[in-house]
Amino acid sequence: MTMVTPPHITHLARRERWSRAEIAFWLAWLAVYFLLPKHLMFAAQILITGLFALSLDLILGYAGIVTLGHAAFFGLGAYTAGLLTKVGVIEPVLGLFGAALVAGTFGFLTSFLVLRGRDLSRLMITLGIGLLLFELANRLTDITGGVDGLQGIAVGKVLGLFEFDLFGKTAYLYVLVVSFGLFVVARALMTAPYGLSLRAIRDNQQRAVAIGIPIRVRLTNIYTLGAVIAGVAGALLTQTTQFVAIDSFGFQRSADLLIMLLIGGTATLYGGFVGACAFLIAQNWLSSINAEYWLFWLGILLIVATRYLRGGVIGGMAKLAALRPMGKKA
Amino acid sequence: MNKFQQLWLALLGGLLLAAPAAQAEEPIRIGVILPLTGPYADYGEQIGNGLKLYMKQNGDTVAGRKIVVTIRDDTGIAPEVSKRLASDYLVQDKVDILAGFGLTPSAMAVAPLATQAKKAMVIMNAATSVITTKSPYIVRFSHTLPQISAPMATYAAKSGIKKMYTLVADYGPGIDAETAFKKAFEAGGSQLIGSVRVPVTNLDFSSYIQRIKDAQPEAVFLFLPPGSATVSFLKAYKERGLDKAGIKLLATVDFADDDLMDVLGQSVLGVVTSGHYSMAHDSALNKAYVAAYAEAYGTKKRPNFMSVAGYDGMAGIYAALKKTNGDTDGDKLVAAMKGLAFESPRGPISIDPETRDIVQTVYYRRAEEKNGRVFNIEFDSVKNFKDPGKQ
Amino acid sequence: MTSFLGLLFDGLAYGTLLFLISVGLSVTLGLMGFINLAHGVFAMAGGYLLVVLMGAAGLPFLAALPLIFVVVAAASLVLERTLYRPLYKSTHLDQVLLTVGIIFVAIAGATYIWGPGQQPVSIPEWLQGQFSLAGVDLSRYRLFLMAIGAAITLGLVFGLERTRFGARVRASVERQRTAAAMGIHVERVFQITFALGSGLAGLGGALGVDVLSLDPHFPLKYLVYFLLIVVVGGPGSIMGTLLAALLLGVADTAGKYYIPETGAFMIYVVMIVLLLVAPHGLLGRKK
Repeated sequence: MTMVTPPHITHLARRERWSRAEIAFWLAWLAVYFLLPKHLMFAAQILITGLFALSLDLILGYAGIVTLGHAAFFGLGAYTAGLLTKVGVIEPVLGLFGAALVAGTFGFLTSFLVLRGRDLSRLMITLGIGLLLFELANRLTDITGGVDGLQGIAVGKVLGLFEFDLFGKTAYLYVLVVSFGLFVVARALMTAPYGLSLRAIRDNQQRAVAIGIPIRVRLTNIYTLGAVIAGVAGALLTQTTQFVAIDSFGFQRSADLLIMLLIGGTATLYGGFVGACAFLIAQNWLSSINAEYWLFWLGILLIVATRYLRGGVIGGMAKLAALRPMGKKA
Repeated sequence: MNKFQQLWLALLGGLLLAAPAAQAEEPIRIGVILPLTGPYADYGEQIGNGLKLYMKQNGDTVAGRKIVVTIRDDTGIAPEVSKRLASDYLVQDKVDILAGFGLTPSAMAVAPLATQAKKAMVIMNAATSVITTKSPYIVRFSHTLPQISAPMATYAAKSGIKKMYTLVADYGPGIDAETAFKKAFEAGGSQLIGSVRVPVTNLDFSSYIQRIKDAQPEAVFLFLPPGSATVSFLKAYKERGLDKAGIKLLATVDFADDDLMDVLGQSVLGVVTSGHYSMAHDSALNKAYVAAYAEAYGTKKRPNFMSVAGYDGMAGIYAALKKTNGDTDGDKLVAAMKGLAFESPRGPISIDPETRDIVQTVYYRRAEEKNGRVFNIEFDSVKNFKDPGKQ
Repeated sequence: MTSFLGLLFDGLAYGTLLFLISVGLSVTLGLMGFINLAHGVFAMAGGYLLVVLMGAAGLPFLAALPLIFVVVAAASLVLERTLYRPLYKSTHLDQVLLTVGIIFVAIAGATYIWGPGQQPVSIPEWLQGQFSLAGVDLSRYRLFLMAIGAAITLGLVFGLERTRFGARVRASVERQRTAAAMGIHVERVFQITFALGSGLAGLGGALGVDVLSLDPHFPLKYLVYFLLIVVVGGPGSIMGTLLAALLLGVADTAGKYYIPETGAFMIYVVMIVLLLVAPHGLLGRKK
């Protein structure tokens, strides 16, 4: 699959500097905590989904690996975090590490299967792996609870200090801190020469080989990193909802995620967060207006977006306002 | 003072004046969560239909207070959406009662919120046995899987069936149904001669039908997710002449869903099911219910057990509010619902004060043709049957 | 032995069914290179048309089928003109977004018109039941499906390999600009190919709903199967699609009979293995 336009290679030093728009972006999330105290649960879910979309952006947007089974890692992280609380590890941060480890290991191992094929077969292999895990979670009812979901998750206080409350205050700050932390890591990697080498692979494999980029190693480790972040996102969802259901492995989740990232814009770092925001708010808003047929309006929005919003929201914004650079494509 | 300031002042004054008045007439808010889109959209439609029908018949005022119902879509198995909607209801909309819940995961995910907020939570479909144990504020007006599948085994044993086969969908509810059936059947001294679990997303049943044909049982007990699997299975069953070979089909209410009967048509004739509601139930109340349903939603759409659970859930809420005289305190409401007993279109029902789960008559029904349409005709019953999953 | 033959027949018949509902996608995805995830929408339209034509309009089954092909193909031209064409040269990802949007709209539309429940689908009396051939019980309808599947395969292979139109299609796909320079009206060729793929989807949907059943969720419920068959077979290769469908059909049927514990795993494992062995599809071209 080819990307629209080759990346706009700006000067490295300028890429690494945080622009004002970026700082405003993260300050806005902090402001949500104070300004919208009644919507914190929703805001936390948007952030989690945005983080999950960021993990897809790393492998799809930057490295060009198409996947329809990214929920596999999300689900693994979600179940790991849930199961850990049942064996006594109730501290959430430890849960995140556990989830990252499991999802990352699985990502590393499956990367060899996924990277074998080209676009369409990658699409189907990832989809197949996702569906197999879904089926496995469905079958192992003793461990996972099957379709009824994993029950009896009791998440402890964050670092033994902060308890999760009904209004989602702790949950929101916890999710925000973790998301921001992982974002900083992802940003540092993608603005570094490492990120550039991934784009080189995506845009032209032969040329990348010619300039001495170790393609296989790069793709394997970015795929693993994507899996790790997706696993952490899954674990965050488990910890903040205190429940895991089988849909965390679902095809629908992978597909929705892809849509969100495309709406936001690929290879922009922020596309995932922006897309998750746009998609989930639209979904929530439309379904509160018309609970039965909101899917119709969402469909119309998508169709319109493909006509007038090439390159996603970020692409559109960049075109409109010539946004300050933040590792974006033109 | 400019125009804007004037406007603000007017608004503020209006709010101040309106506030005490609003306090006096503060309505009772019920937040309903149902799957209205996605693969389970059908559930949500039926439950919603029943719920709205009850309000249409009984007005929207109880104990002098107005009832305001909001229905939102949780898209099916998506517990984080259910939980988010419930939290929105509780935190933003300040609802007094949570209701709905088409599927077990959504009920499970919301249960802790009901406990934290101390609000009554009325289950209108989700049927896994343990749900009511997850919060002391949960009351169920639908049914539980063991409650409707165990009586089928008693029936099979009683009617002298020795060679029995089970075919269930390979997921939680299917396995629960299989377990409940097996336990009750083997308690009667008989043995199953075989069993098979099929994937939930199974498209083609020919291999499984062939296995049944090879095993030559006298009857097969079935549990499949309502909808397409049922249709496909029955078509294959008939096509391969298992009905002619005399292999009987036994199933639960989900299989011979009233709303699916026109789709199943002739192929479902003779299937014996156990269940708590049939639209052909012979009572004045049910006749009135079916007629009112047809008037509201047309004759093509048939009321099924889910619609009745929505209807009864609403009836339960109304009855409890009358008892508390409009007090919506969660503890008081749940206390009022405990031991509540009334006649429903399905027959007499009551709420077990200990488990807050429903106690009801489970009927044996056979699919028969009547006036050119197929119905589940009741021919026997087990009265006041409690959920065996909790014993 | 007879039970094995019966099973083989069932597997092939199931494979044929998978072939019929996916072959239209093989045409649009494989030949035109358009990621048309909304393939199932056209199939669903075929299903609902069958219900309407046989129910309200009282048309016989065999008369309804060609009409469905024509109606769905014609309707697809409108979509091609308004929504698909502007995205031919766009990225695959934009195409995904567009076609998912179409799926959403179609699901909501079908729910609005027909409600979220199942639709009654009936096939004529003479196609119901089984008959015995040399001790093996064969389903009439499945045999009928296999006959249609064979006819479609022959028609497509002949049409795309041996006719002038087929040559134009192949030329347009391979080198669009050269084909245009040679005087081929590429836009027209794509239009007809798209209508053909959609019409086939509608026909496959109409034939499949008796076994698969019909509700508004159809386009998403079976999306995985459409993609699976086409990608494993090699997009654009009609014979490859057929081969993949038959292989997966037989493997799934046999797996469920002999080792029912494998359940849903079988088809996905077979798919992954086949794709690892042949990443471009069984009969796909290496690009």
